[in-house]
Amino acid sequence: MQLITTLLAVTLGAGTSLLYATLGEIYTERSGILNLGVEGMMMMSALAAFSVSFYTGSLLLAVIVAMAVGAGLSLIHAFLSITMRANQVVSGLSITLFGTGLASYLGQRLGPASNGRNLAGMSAKSFSDISVPVLGDIPILAAFFNQDIMTLLLFIVVPAAWIFMFKTRSGLTLRAVGENPRTASAMGIPVAGIRYIYTAVGGMLVGLGGAHLTLGYTPGWSENVTGGRGWIVIALVIFAGWNPSRAIFGAVLFGGINAIQFRLQAAGTVIPASFLNMAPYIVTIIVLAVMTLLGRKRRGTYSPPSALGTSFAIEDK
Amino acid sequence: MAKTRETENGSGTGREILRMVGITKRFPGITANDQIDLSLDAGEVLALLGENGAGKSSLMNVLAGLYRPDEGSIFFRGEHVQIHSPQDSMRLGIGMIHQEFMLVDTMTVAENIILGMKDLDFFPPMQEVHEKIRELSRRYSLKVEPDKFIHELSVGEQQRVEILKLVYQGADILILDEPTAVLTPQEARDLNTILGMMLAEGKSAIFITHKMDEVIEFSHKVQVLRRGKTVSVCRTRDVTPKDLARMMVGREVLFHLERDDYNPGEPRLVLDHLTLTNRTGRALLDDVSFQICEGEIFGIAGVAGNGQQELAEVITGLMPVTSGSIRLDGRDVTGNSPIQMIKSGISHIPADRGAMGVVGDMSVSDNLVMKKYRRKPMSRNGILNRSNIARFARSMIDLFRISTPTAETRVKFLSGGNIQKTILAREIDSCGGILVAAYPSRGLDVGATEAVRKNLLRQRDNQGAVLLVSEELEELLMVSDRIAVMFEGKIMGIVSAQDTDIEELGMMMAGMKKEQIV
Repeated sequence: MQLITTLLAVTLGAGTSLLYATLGEIYTERSGILNLGVEGMMMMSALAAFSVSFYTGSLLLAVIVAMAVGAGLSLIHAFLSITMRANQVVSGLSITLFGTGLASYLGQRLGPASNGRNLAGMSAKSFSDISVPVLGDIPILAAFFNQDIMTLLLFIVVPAAWIFMFKTRSGLTLRAVGENPRTASAMGIPVAGIRYIYTAVGGMLVGLGGAHLTLGYTPGWSENVTGGRGWIVIALVIFAGWNPSRAIFGAVLFGGINAIQFRLQAAGTVIPASFLNMAPYIVTIIVLAVMTLLGRKRRGTYSPPSALGTSFAIEDK
Repeated sequence: MAKTRETENGSGTGREILRMVGITKRFPGITANDQIDLSLDAGEVLALLGENGAGKSSLMNVLAGLYRPDEGSIFFRGEHVQIHSPQDSMRLGIGMIHQEFMLVDTMTVAENIILGMKDLDFFPPMQEVHEKIRELSRRYSLKVEPDKFIHELSVGEQQRVEILKLVYQGADILILDEPTAVLTPQEARDLNTILGMMLAEGKSAIFITHKMDEVIEFSHKVQVLRRGKTVSVCRTRDVTPKDLARMMVGREVLFHLERDDYNPGEPRLVLDHLTLTNRTGRALLDDVSFQICEGEIFGIAGVAGNGQQELAEVITGLMPVTSGSIRLDGRDVTGNSPIQMIKSGISHIPADRGAMGVVGDMSVSDNLVMKKYRRKPMSRNGILNRSNIARFARSMIDLFRISTPTAETRVKFLSGGNIQKTILAREIDSCGGILVAAYPSRGLDVGATEAVRKNLLRQRDNQGAVLLVSEELEELLMVSDRIAVMFEGKIMGIVSAQDTDIEELGMMMAGMKKEQIV
């Protein structure tokens, strides 16, 4: 019992940053913009959140700055792909390379002089320092509720994200822009504006995911703190079929793999550590294949937004 | 589009509702509209007639708020108005049904109808929306289910959704861009009835077309455009189809084509009890047998979706057959691949010319050489010979009168007619005697259609065998020697084009066997 509760708790904790970032990328992709910069954005916002918390001790400020950094980087991508109509894959990859590079450089420069200006190894105020009234001491439920505030917030954020996308006027607009920008435009919807907005919104959510990495799941900064999570997010979006509520399953699955892998390594199994580290990515490959097949069968429920990754101008042929 | 009884002799109510003055719209390298004036009365139907690329759609896109004109002004009910966006246009009660439908495939009918509406609640009351759609669809007998997804609907149904969208938003002026191009004759009649009801309520319509008979049948007034300019505006009852065709093309159009006598030679292509079933076991082709001889055009008639497409794809090797055989000059070629079929002498003009006929982003010359670049003199040891390709392209462009700025222009920038001429040039040039043409004149204007038909006949007169799939009976009767009618994958009968008429073909298209017709 104890083991299950612990595993579940770790799973949710590990899944939190993935889930925020996945929700963000889902919103961005639903508007037709493919942002492959997630890894770089997560890394930069993780650094930003940690250093702000380290120097000011304000978690709120740390979260705000992380969201701003995520949004700022995503707006570079928006400008390149919407206004300049550049290739979105190239633009997104540049954001990732730029973000990871800059974060690793700044991580060695922003720290205190006593630590050789390095942020790694420092500790700062983290989300677990905020006490949240625990809803239950019942074993399994405790795993759900005995979490930091960012994880708990997801119980509101995910349903809200789903309702917004499928039940509101704005969600309808968003989906139309990503599916068929030409039609949206003919119906009087400002396609470019909508795409800017949701690329930025996506960036903010990715920023939250980044913040949770350094202030929630494993508090503290280390180089390569994201460890490829930004790429798993891209796969999780496909796994979720671009649906916010299904993103939960993906996040839990990958969070769980992470948790189990840690336990196994700690327990010292015969499986080499490299293979355990590979596990999430092997699952990613399998998941992609399965979801692509599903998408082919059930159009509209699992398939990508039709205009994903394409630029748009009304007077184009 | 329908003339109502009240206005049969007049032209609407005489109250002007819309006036466009001196509209000019330029695109890079081309003036789509050059100082065009237009006037529309309440209750009136105006036909906008012109060839592809004459500027009809551009002019209407200006009115619908999609394009911003470079010069000119628009007056609505006597007032000077600015139309900067589709919403401005909708607010005035102007709604447009585009040739390519503006519908989001993965959304429901109801979601599509309310999309982009300004005064919608943040949480749209879908229940009420569904109710209102049901009520409107009863009133105009537009059968549509509000909770169906667009990709589940037929083309005709999708057009009904487009009409409902306009009605729902309260449009008074309907703009229809070639509304009948995608419809079956039955659906076209339904559309006509529906629009008739709307006109009776005082709404007006502008419809874009290049078909003369539609102008005569549906409109009060006709405005002819040519190369972006207005050629003439006149009352429909004062003109004949011949006049209209001349105004539109700028020269006399041949409604009858010269041809040699029918003198078929050896059979070249023989289909024997050909059957094709899909995964669910439904027969797409059901026991199809016929033969095509040298010097013959064999027409296939039928309502779209009765197996014609599959027939063309089976013969060209794109689809495997389930049973039966295809013989070419006595040789069994059943189940051969497309490349083997091409080598055996079959050329193909595909129905979807954009998807299967050309590579839009490649140049005219590259598209022309697509079937022969592998061999000398177009290439040697895998290296393309650019000067030979250019010379070949130039000769094809001249021979088939392809109107393109240069041989290096990307094909997607050409008009539909010139894209089709590019395909024709390639396929006829490489043809080994058997040409499969699927809907070759679909969506083309009079001039281009004439060119296509002339080329088919030339192919026949040069002892070629031509299979012509078409949905236009006039075309089949004019061009073919024999006609087979398909219904649900079966051949209802094969008749000589000289001894049949539209009624007989129509009955077979509706599923009657030739023997049953007295």
